[in-house]
Amino acid sequence: MDAMNVKPGLAPDVLEVYGAQISSRLLLGTAQYPSPAILAEAIRLSGAEIVTVSLRRESGASLAGQSFWKMIQDLGVRVLPNTAGCKTVKEAVTTAEMARELFGTPWVKLEVIGEDDTLQPDVFGLVEAARLLCRDGFEVFPYTTEDLVVAEKLLSAGCEVLMPWGAPIGSGRGLNNPYGLRSLRAHFPRVPLVVDAGIGLPSHAAAAMEMGYDAVLLNTAVAKAGDPARMARAFARALEAGREAFLADPMETRDMAAPSTPVMGRAVLD
Amino acid sequence: MKIVVNGEASETAAPTLAALLAELGFAEAIVATALNGSMVRAAKREATPIADGDRIEILAPMQGG
Repeated sequence: MDAMNVKPGLAPDVLEVYGAQISSRLLLGTAQYPSPAILAEAIRLSGAEIVTVSLRRESGASLAGQSFWKMIQDLGVRVLPNTAGCKTVKEAVTTAEMARELFGTPWVKLEVIGEDDTLQPDVFGLVEAARLLCRDGFEVFPYTTEDLVVAEKLLSAGCEVLMPWGAPIGSGRGLNNPYGLRSLRAHFPRVPLVVDAGIGLPSHAAAAMEMGYDAVLLNTAVAKAGDPARMARAFARALEAGREAFLADPMETRDMAAPSTPVMGRAVLD
Repeated sequence: MKIVVNGEASETAAPTLAALLAELGFAEAIVATALNGSMVRAAKREATPIADGDRIEILAPMQGG
């Protein structure tokens, strides 16, 4: 366990996913950075212990994938391969199988995309693919919506973590449906829940954590910032603040003011 | 024979998938392979013959979100 995560007087706050103990609440995507060096610095400053990766056609001349993979291995982070862009169950399952061999991990971020404009999951294909992969020994991280019935079916299929979207991938809109996300959290209090996609600002990530979400997965918000490494650090701080706030049990909101300074003992000066 | 490698038409005399990878300079590379839409594990590449019209995918680790 990371000693840095143990604060005086507080129990260590560790997220357990498929038996892995994770200290950082940030899962970071590795795409769209201005350069490999900036990506590496962003990963370092984010504190992320899990990064997402993908599988794409290797080019004969540059062998770009080989140097990328070496860099990721040198950083010592866990990888979560995705099935990004897959639109059918067969494509997603085959991609997951290839990723398992290539990256040497049973983890897969399962995406079965159903719609091009929103990149929202085809939840029917997602559930079917999750069932096939879980049966085959994969540890599936499904990219899903906040739909409770779909969530239940994914858990029945064997998923031990759920990753509902905040907003469409790459949109930066934040948490589009706070009610739906709160509802999902309330229905599955013990299932690790990760908001995946749509996060644009550290405040969005903090809001997810304040709701009781276990982690946040994001990519574009860091990669497309003017200073990605600095934004990665900003997200790390926001996530830590949001998580601490959740554990500290926030106050109830109310409609009318309530004076915080004592009313008793107030001088009469008129 | 005519085959399609990563979406591009190509000619090869390589008898097996392993030989094709070597021909393309991927002998030492970390890649995953598929033949006509089905995965071929690394251990099976030597024993996987290539036929005219085959579609081959050679995938590598890449950045992803």
